[in-house]
Amino acid sequence: MKGRSIGSQLFASVLINAIYPMQNFPIMLVNSLLGPFAFLIVINFVSHGALLGVAIEGAFVMTMVSSGLALQGDLAHLKNDMKFQDMIVSSPTSAFIYIFGMAASELLYFLPNFILLSILLILFVPLTSLAAFTVVTVMVIMFIFSISLSFLLSTISVDVIQSWAFTGLVSTLLSTIPPVYYPITYIPLPWQYIAYISPTTYAAQIAQAAAGFITITPLNFALDWIVLVGASIAMVLIAIKKVRWREP
Amino acid sequence: MQEQTGRLVCRDVGKVYSTGTVALSKVNIDIPTKGIFALIGRNGAGKTTLVRILATELMSSSGTALINGADVIKDPKKVREFIAVVPQESRLLMWTTPRQMIVAYLLYRGFSYVNAKNRAAEVLKTVNIGKYADVQSQHLSGGTKRKALIATVLASEASMLFLDEPTTGLDPISRAELWNLLNKLKKDHFIFLTTHYLEEAERLADQIGIIENGKLLNIGTLDELRAHVKYDFSLTIFDNKARIKPRAGRIVTGLDGNRQILTTQKEANRIAKELIRKGTRFSTSPVSLEQIFYFIVKRSINEETEEKDEW
Ligand SMILES: Nc1ncnc2c1ncn2[C@@H]1O[C@H](COP(=O)(O)OP(=O)(O)O)[C@@H](O)[C@H]1O
Ligand SMILES: [Mg+2]
Repeated sequence: MKGRSIGSQLFASVLINAIYPMQNFPIMLVNSLLGPFAFLIVINFVSHGALLGVAIEGAFVMTMVSSGLALQGDLAHLKNDMKFQDMIVSSPTSAFIYIFGMAASELLYFLPNFILLSILLILFVPLTSLAAFTVVTVMVIMFIFSISLSFLLSTISVDVIQSWAFTGLVSTLLSTIPPVYYPITYIPLPWQYIAYISPTTYAAQIAQAAAGFITITPLNFALDWIVLVGASIAMVLIAIKKVRWREP
Repeated sequence: MQEQTGRLVCRDVGKVYSTGTVALSKVNIDIPTKGIFALIGRNGAGKTTLVRILATELMSSSGTALINGADVIKDPKKVREFIAVVPQESRLLMWTTPRQMIVAYLLYRGFSYVNAKNRAAEVLKTVNIGKYADVQSQHLSGGTKRKALIATVLASEASMLFLDEPTTGLDPISRAELWNLLNKLKKDHFIFLTTHYLEEAERLADQIGIIENGKLLNIGTLDELRAHVKYDFSLTIFDNKARIKPRAGRIVTGLDGNRQILTTQKEANRIAKELIRKGTRFSTSPVSLEQIFYFIVKRSINEETEEKDEW
């Protein structure tokens, strides 16, 4: 068949991994909608509203990370439990189209959440257009980072139990340790160094500084960018190098 | 190199997994890509490994394989244009209906959404599961789910279908229905199927390959395989104490522990009369694929262990 449509192939992943599951299991939509709000609410109450703005921004970054990480479990499930990936490997769809489509499906799945958060952000966080642009850029970079990491892990995992372990570990590293919902200065000093292991810390710091919640030196601001972008490029390159479409 | 179109050719295909398991060694196949080819073998014989290599899902460790002239190892893209695969233990996604599954798969193959929908409706009828088209797969029976998976690959434009143990775990009626379907499909598709149900191969296959311990022991039509066994009649004796001395043929212990005599039809007749006279319980028939399989595999095991062939 001539002229296979890449658009069709991307849409197939979105159907399989977002539209069909939400259509057939509507509870998934509720989960996607409410998931990242839990922490936002806790932080808001505990800080008596003082950290609401930071926490909304944090929830945005976290949604990007979670939607990227969700890919790991979904890909592993389709590959290991359903043997679905093998059906696609032996079809004209390439690895990259498959992954791009799946990544898009995660974004779509979290779309209701993004809309709600955007409304909150506009209501409670006064952002200049430059700051808004910075926050969006940071979110996109975090998404690319976690998508690449997810993909890498999904190719390694051979069983769903193993992939739960990966998800648990990675989400501790990317979302529990880093000070996403509050400034890093809230963490006592020796522990701050641990937080700096995670790229999310840099992403959150850039977003918080852009919105004026914290002040950091221009040098630190530049360093944050360098680490965040550097780590993401490295992760993408590793993922591309390790891509295992046909099993070795 | 000779013209390879219309043939599936494996030359010395070998596979050693990273664990050190030798799953295939020097597999050679040269068959026309028409009708049904059944690869039979026990669990762990290497069927899935061979299917996955041919279906471009797994790299081989050595050898070459060509399907219709396209190199499976070097040019997987070309092969993927005309093959479609139902992997062993693949499942209909729990959160889709058969129609949704087919539509999505066709989109992956590059169909437009409208074409995919039309084609799905058509194929659901062909496979006779139209009334389950919009039922979520968690509510479908095993047989219907398997049919829906076959419908999925069938709906595509692929002319070559790889089905890895398509009937394993199905009840006898669902299995018979699937056999009917495959018999219909083979008119315009080449079907490469694996099974350990020998009756399935016997009923469906135009060509049969016997694989054991990573080696392809034999390949050919049922008659060609039968020609490999010297004796084409068999008697099974249900009394272990009965003393029988065939004038021609060999005595083997069957899978069920009963003695079997493989012999000529004439000698089978003579022994049968003797057994009737003695009142010994027995049965007799032309050798089935099961007996051929057992004979060929057993011979290979004995060669391996250098055990003397006492039959
Ligand atoms: N991914 C793998 N890694 C290591 N060994 C494997 C793998 N897959 C299969 N094997 C081994 O290779 C041999 C052949 O397996 P397989 O091709 O699945 O056989 P069959 O499909 O005939 O049951 C078996 O010994 C099996 O344990
Ligand atoms: Mg198998």
